[in-house]
Amino acid sequence: MYDAWVKVGRALRVALLIALALLFLIPFYLLVRNGLASEQDITSPDWTFFPSTLHWSNVRELFEDSTVPMARSLYNSALIAVLTTAGTLLLASLAGYGLARIPYRHADRVFYAILATMMVPAAVTFVPSFVLVSSLGWVSTLRGLIVPTLFSAFACFVFRQYFLGFPRELEDAARVDGLGHWRTYWLVVVPNSRPVFAAVGTIVFIGAWNSFLWPLVIGQDRDAWTVQVALASFTTSQVIRLHVVFIAAAVSIVPLLVVFLFFQRWIVAGVERSGIDE
Amino acid sequence: MRRRERLWRRLAGPQNRNLWFWVFVGPFALGLVVFTYVPLGWSVYLSFFDAHNTVSPTDFVGFDNYTSMLRNDAFTDSLWTFVVFTAFIVPTTFVLSLSLALMVNRMRRAQAFLRSVFFLPAACSYVVAALIWKMSIFNGVRFGLANTVLGWFGAEQTAWLSTTDPPWYWLVIVTVRLWLQAGFYMILFLAGLQRISPTLYEAAAVDGARPGWQVLRHITLPQLRTTSVAVTLLLVINAFQAFDEFYNLLSDARGYPPYARPPLVYLYYTALGQGQNLGLGSAGAVLLALIIAVVAIGQARWFGLGRKED
Repeated sequence: MYDAWVKVGRALRVALLIALALLFLIPFYLLVRNGLASEQDITSPDWTFFPSTLHWSNVRELFEDSTVPMARSLYNSALIAVLTTAGTLLLASLAGYGLARIPYRHADRVFYAILATMMVPAAVTFVPSFVLVSSLGWVSTLRGLIVPTLFSAFACFVFRQYFLGFPRELEDAARVDGLGHWRTYWLVVVPNSRPVFAAVGTIVFIGAWNSFLWPLVIGQDRDAWTVQVALASFTTSQVIRLHVVFIAAAVSIVPLLVVFLFFQRWIVAGVERSGIDE
Repeated sequence: MRRRERLWRRLAGPQNRNLWFWVFVGPFALGLVVFTYVPLGWSVYLSFFDAHNTVSPTDFVGFDNYTSMLRNDAFTDSLWTFVVFTAFIVPTTFVLSLSLALMVNRMRRAQAFLRSVFFLPAACSYVVAALIWKMSIFNGVRFGLANTVLGWFGAEQTAWLSTTDPPWYWLVIVTVRLWLQAGFYMILFLAGLQRISPTLYEAAAVDGARPGWQVLRHITLPQLRTTSVAVTLLLVINAFQAFDEFYNLLSDARGYPPYARPPLVYLYYTALGQGQNLGLGSAGAVLLALIIAVVAIGQARWFGLGRKED
């Protein structure tokens, strides 16, 4: 009797999971379906699961569209995401290593001052940050879009936690070989810490590609638009050609899905190892 | 020349720790000071001035910006919107992501696949998600998926985003965030579940605890306490920052509907919109920072954050 209930329970769980999985996948399907459909197919009152014909020409139409500079925006986003990731990894890993491994009387105080900024949401500093960046003359420049976002307390925190647990023997061996802090870091620590770099790098890359508020505030000229700002200009504009909007959104997530699926296990490993939840 | 040599010698040796500490931490700390601490200070300074269209104000107005912000219905309404939104989104995301983690954790064969499926939306931006929600699923006219499906059951069409009574737009706002976030928190819970020692479950079985509710209540949930605290904190911090989906879902050509505007969206329009009122916007930002600080500290006390494990 009891076994029967366990079996029913398991079947129910599997059914529920399958239903939820489909529910989670539907928005992706809609994105692709509408992106490759004709405008009539999208707006037809007789909605069908598959569009009547696939219009690959929507992609060409998107890049020939003169109202939204899609190619330029994609290029900006790619450049920003790559540079932000590289810069954040460099700065945050150095800081995390210094905080974890170089004894200094005030190291804890410095660490808390860094951690405190995590409690200050970007929400609160975007007005004064805009003021600062505009007084530097960095509005609508790549510098303005990238530099202020490079100092991620979160990344620094993850690196510090990771380096705290880094085996001391490796460093001692390097010390015996006559390496200073600098060369120990580059020749011993970094090559042995690839997983945490991959994990933090992926999270930062996704965040940079998807960020919206800061590029909206700083990228005022069309030439400085990121892909998210370009997409938002579709949703808030009056005249909307739906198939173009959807293909634009679909194109915008392709690079990210590739990165995401490829590095997913690093994110999971990073979460499990970094002690984000400890 | 001699000085330079001395500096080089100090840097070359591993003995000078203070210097090396700042070589590693200095660039990061400096950036943080320039791009976080300075703007914070500047924000407080600006909030006491009349600053329309300017970042170097001259007219000192004392607390006027603060009082006019607090008397402004649009601002206080935005705070209220935020409270309701947080009260809604934090528990629902928590329950959904924990349930997903518990269910996925017990699947042997399809675990990796299901984990990917639920985690996948985390790669999507709020802008893209808002677009799918607004123009496809919850479209007010008949080609929206929600209305199509409801139509099969003979239900009437609903203008999801512009109906305020009942507030259907909440359904749209909340489901976007659920879809995007649940998978990420599911991963955090999964990591927590994997850390629970199997011997605890064996002991519970020996003691005659029924698998299911009893084990969940007395073993699993208490063991997930630190994870739960972290997830709740992250959820609340993220709710504070809600901007993207409100901006993209609820805007129209006439500007924002007054019924749903969280503080950040309101501040964006005050400081950088037509008014360009940076003094007033800064006052709002400072008020928001104070509220967030109070809530964060209160929450940390409530959960006993930083307390050693019992």
